[in-house]
Amino acid sequence: MIREGVIRRINGSLIIAEGLPDAKIGDVAYIGGQRLIGEVVKISGNEVDLQCYEDTSGLRPGEPVVNTGKPLVAELGPGLVGEIFDGLERSELELWRLTGPFIKKGYRIAPLRRDKKWHFIPRIKVGDRVTEGDILGIVRETSVVEHRILTPVGINGVVERIEEGDFRVEEPIAEIRLPSGEKREITMVQVWPVRIPRPYKRRLPVTDPLFTGQRVIDMFFPVAKGGTAAIPGGFGSGKTITLHQIAKWSDADIVIYIGCGERGNEMAEVITNFPQLEDPRTGKKLIERAIFIANVSNLPVSAREASVYMGVTIAEYLRDQGYHVAVIIDSTSRWAEALRDLSGRLEEIPAEEGYPAYLAERIAGIYERAGKVVALGGADRVGSVTIMGAVSPPGGDFSEPVTSTTIRYVGSLWALDTELAYRRHFPAINWLRSFTKYVGLLDEFWGRYDPNWKIYRERALEVLEEASRLEEIARVIGEKALPDEQRLILLVSEIIREGYLVQHAFHEVDTYCPPEKQVEILKVIIGFYDLARPLIEAGVPVDRLRELRSVMELLRLKEKKTLEEIMEDSARLKTELESLKAEYEVKAA
Amino acid sequence: MRPSREKAGMVYRTVREIRGPLMIVEGVRGAGYNEVVEVKLADGTEIIGTVLDTYSDRAVIQVFGHTEGLSLDAAVRFTGDVLRISLSDDLIGRIFNGSFKPLDGLPEPIGKERREVFVSIINPAAREPPSEFIQTGISVIDGMNSLVRGQKLPIFSEAGLPHNVMAAQVARQSTVLGREEEFAVVFCAMGIKHEEYEFFRREFEQTGALDRSVMVLNLADDPIIERILAPRIALTITEYLAFDLDMHVLAILTDMTSYCEALRSISIAKEEVPARKGYPGYMYSDLATIYERSGKIKGKKGSVTLMPILTIPGGDITHPIPDLTGYITEGQLILSRDLELKGIYPPVNPLPSLSRLMKDGVGSGKTREDHMEVSNQLYMAYAEGVKARDLSRIIGELGLSERERRYLKFADEFERKFINQGIYENRPIEKTLEIAWDLLSLLPEDELIRISEGNIKKYHPKYRKMAV
Repeated sequence: MIREGVIRRINGSLIIAEGLPDAKIGDVAYIGGQRLIGEVVKISGNEVDLQCYEDTSGLRPGEPVVNTGKPLVAELGPGLVGEIFDGLERSELELWRLTGPFIKKGYRIAPLRRDKKWHFIPRIKVGDRVTEGDILGIVRETSVVEHRILTPVGINGVVERIEEGDFRVEEPIAEIRLPSGEKREITMVQVWPVRIPRPYKRRLPVTDPLFTGQRVIDMFFPVAKGGTAAIPGGFGSGKTITLHQIAKWSDADIVIYIGCGERGNEMAEVITNFPQLEDPRTGKKLIERAIFIANVSNLPVSAREASVYMGVTIAEYLRDQGYHVAVIIDSTSRWAEALRDLSGRLEEIPAEEGYPAYLAERIAGIYERAGKVVALGGADRVGSVTIMGAVSPPGGDFSEPVTSTTIRYVGSLWALDTELAYRRHFPAINWLRSFTKYVGLLDEFWGRYDPNWKIYRERALEVLEEASRLEEIARVIGEKALPDEQRLILLVSEIIREGYLVQHAFHEVDTYCPPEKQVEILKVIIGFYDLARPLIEAGVPVDRLRELRSVMELLRLKEKKTLEEIMEDSARLKTELESLKAEYEVKAA
Repeated sequence: MRPSREKAGMVYRTVREIRGPLMIVEGVRGAGYNEVVEVKLADGTEIIGTVLDTYSDRAVIQVFGHTEGLSLDAAVRFTGDVLRISLSDDLIGRIFNGSFKPLDGLPEPIGKERREVFVSIINPAAREPPSEFIQTGISVIDGMNSLVRGQKLPIFSEAGLPHNVMAAQVARQSTVLGREEEFAVVFCAMGIKHEEYEFFRREFEQTGALDRSVMVLNLADDPIIERILAPRIALTITEYLAFDLDMHVLAILTDMTSYCEALRSISIAKEEVPARKGYPGYMYSDLATIYERSGKIKGKKGSVTLMPILTIPGGDITHPIPDLTGYITEGQLILSRDLELKGIYPPVNPLPSLSRLMKDGVGSGKTREDHMEVSNQLYMAYAEGVKARDLSRIIGELGLSERERRYLKFADEFERKFINQGIYENRPIEKTLEIAWDLLSLLPEDELIRISEGNIKKYHPKYRKMAV
């Protein structure tokens, strides 16, 4: 029931109203003459506190508040892909067209375009029995995304009418007779409350890594399809670029990029680039499988809070259609700050650094919406939502509340390191501080390319770890003072770092590294280590190895276009090492 | 900002409490949030304020200007509107204070356009990603931290370092390659000293920049609270020049540290729960509403390039002010006392400095194809050199390996020849890259791994000499 109350107080985004006796927590209300969108966050006696999602300048006590009695929902249907939404699912492209390049508040538009016609092709016939989650038919939304129109949650019955044709989202495409005998018209658009996870049949254990084309992630710290990862790092450590790379190259079916309280120009860059970039697997433009939520830092803080839930809800809806969806949130710290802001205005007692005591619960609540599931419906469709969140710790301090809490709830941690960033080692993922719980999934994946992959990986990690210990010593006594066996480890570790871990996001070839190439390069590098060790034992100085052209070429394997080129380089390396060996054997004799 | 001439609105004489810059007025019915009020003091002076918190029967007001002389019998007029200023092209060449009162003896500006000062948000979908290289003529910026039109690139400095000299040099020399358009400069001073302001004014006067600049001044002895207004007024003017008059504007905001301190004093007066070091939790979002006003818009000619300057309190880069700024701006130029002591100008330490938008502004067709790679190689080599230098402090230079000694030498030469330059030296980008290549040729060619083989063959002095 719609009730109208009155504003009593305005303090920033917090509105206190009276005269809304039926208000429930989470109800959406229209505030003031401009009908700004807000949500009920607290009820005490006669007073209702609302969080307003738009700028409240000019709003006055005494203006009306209309409670819709409904929660904040996401509108779901054809037209999502390729869109740029704000945190409340308003199309920013459409707003730009209608209101000019500057944001005007209080402007309301339907999330999905109402005028566009979609060609609907039924997948079932009249007389078929359907249950919630069953596919009624499909719409070819883009050349890569087939939008599967699902029987809405809560609807079971017999199809009375369904037809192929061109429809607008609000036009009925089918009619279903419910067990009660009541007939229900079904359109292509449905709504779902953003704060409630969409239901599924059951959860499945995660089994496949999300392949990203980024060597340090895929080989060393993978994330599962349906898993979670966090990427914390101080400013300038390359969070955003790394996430952009995952958005571009990961093998998810659909990518949802939530720009939450971050830079406008960076968002503009993604939005402008995606229509031009090609997916290495399908050859289609990346925009055909991407959805953006651009709630940038100078938009009202309160809408940041909603934007994350909005993005995750859209992801779950696509998951239910049987897709693997990657959700990228940049940055969860800005979302947490929105929580802190509201909590402060509500005069709640703060826990750590001003954040509310329920911070951990909310962070967990978001990451727990990731997962691999069997969707509702008879067909046992499997889909997944993978959530990857950037964390922006103040001062780069990982012990602050948002970072330390997030680390507890994610499966992979890509810890960024400012020192590496200063050296322009990107992605600046620190191999000693990062972790993954998904190593077990790699066997099957990498086993397809090389049965010995595990040995290469373990050896590489060993060398890196040993090298970091030796570097500590070298920092005090100088590298020159170390024995040659140890200097070899430093050389190999340098090759792994520069030739493998460093990956240039803007290099035409290196930006995406296919799996067979990832294994091959590592194999050649570890192969070098194995060949070089006996040489050192035979008295060949490390500096001689360093002077070999083919050793320095190891650093450039990643720039090669084909495996053949890599193998040629590897063969040349072997020859050069052998002749060096021969030279020293002669000397020894 | 100036109220409408007919002086509409209700007047109240019911001030109940005055606390720092905050004033509580009772009996007010329905004051608008962020509404502008005019406060008339007993002696006739008028100051302005805005509504921070509004109830059915009272309003909390933040007062701009000096609060001396403010008493409970002040008359408070509610104007019914949010803060707006009048805009026209007559603003160019003018000087204003932090609440838009002329300081140049000329009359108050009259404009056709009255625009809101506080809220201005470019739709992210309408943004044009910045990509036009700005040649500042300063090697360490152009070569390694290139600035592009529409970027926000702050200078992180410390007291006593020459950030003002450098900012003035950028303002003086900046051009876009191939198009000799000059930038209009909007200069916003927040809490800087008179002599610093005099320096900028002299600089702008001598170079003729004054005729294409607008100044908004809140100096060290001006009311602190007006520092909240000054940058927003400056940026409202900037946006008007850029997006209505198609101009390319460079806005210099200095010193953001004073701005943040003003923000903190208001927050404390409002008894808000602080986040870090007493600064409010919303400081990130508040700074974003300033910094994010830079940029370019699709279909519009002009651009807003922002160069904020901030002095890092205690030289601690993890302090909330530089930290939150760094999270919003597209990079940072960090000045170093060590370099300053060595007599290097500009003392920009390239290692922690960064320009996030550089990659979009450089390369073939923009500057030169090898630009980005050369920059990456310089970073890597200089980092190696600095590491070797640290090591040599412990074990002495003799203990270094030959390779380490080479990098140490590179670092010294790099500081002296590449970073160091004259205050009036304007180096074209070709010159900057030439110096870079000369320095890189001190290193073995095989170690230039951040540069593609093709570019080495084309630009390495060794091959160039052979070609000649």
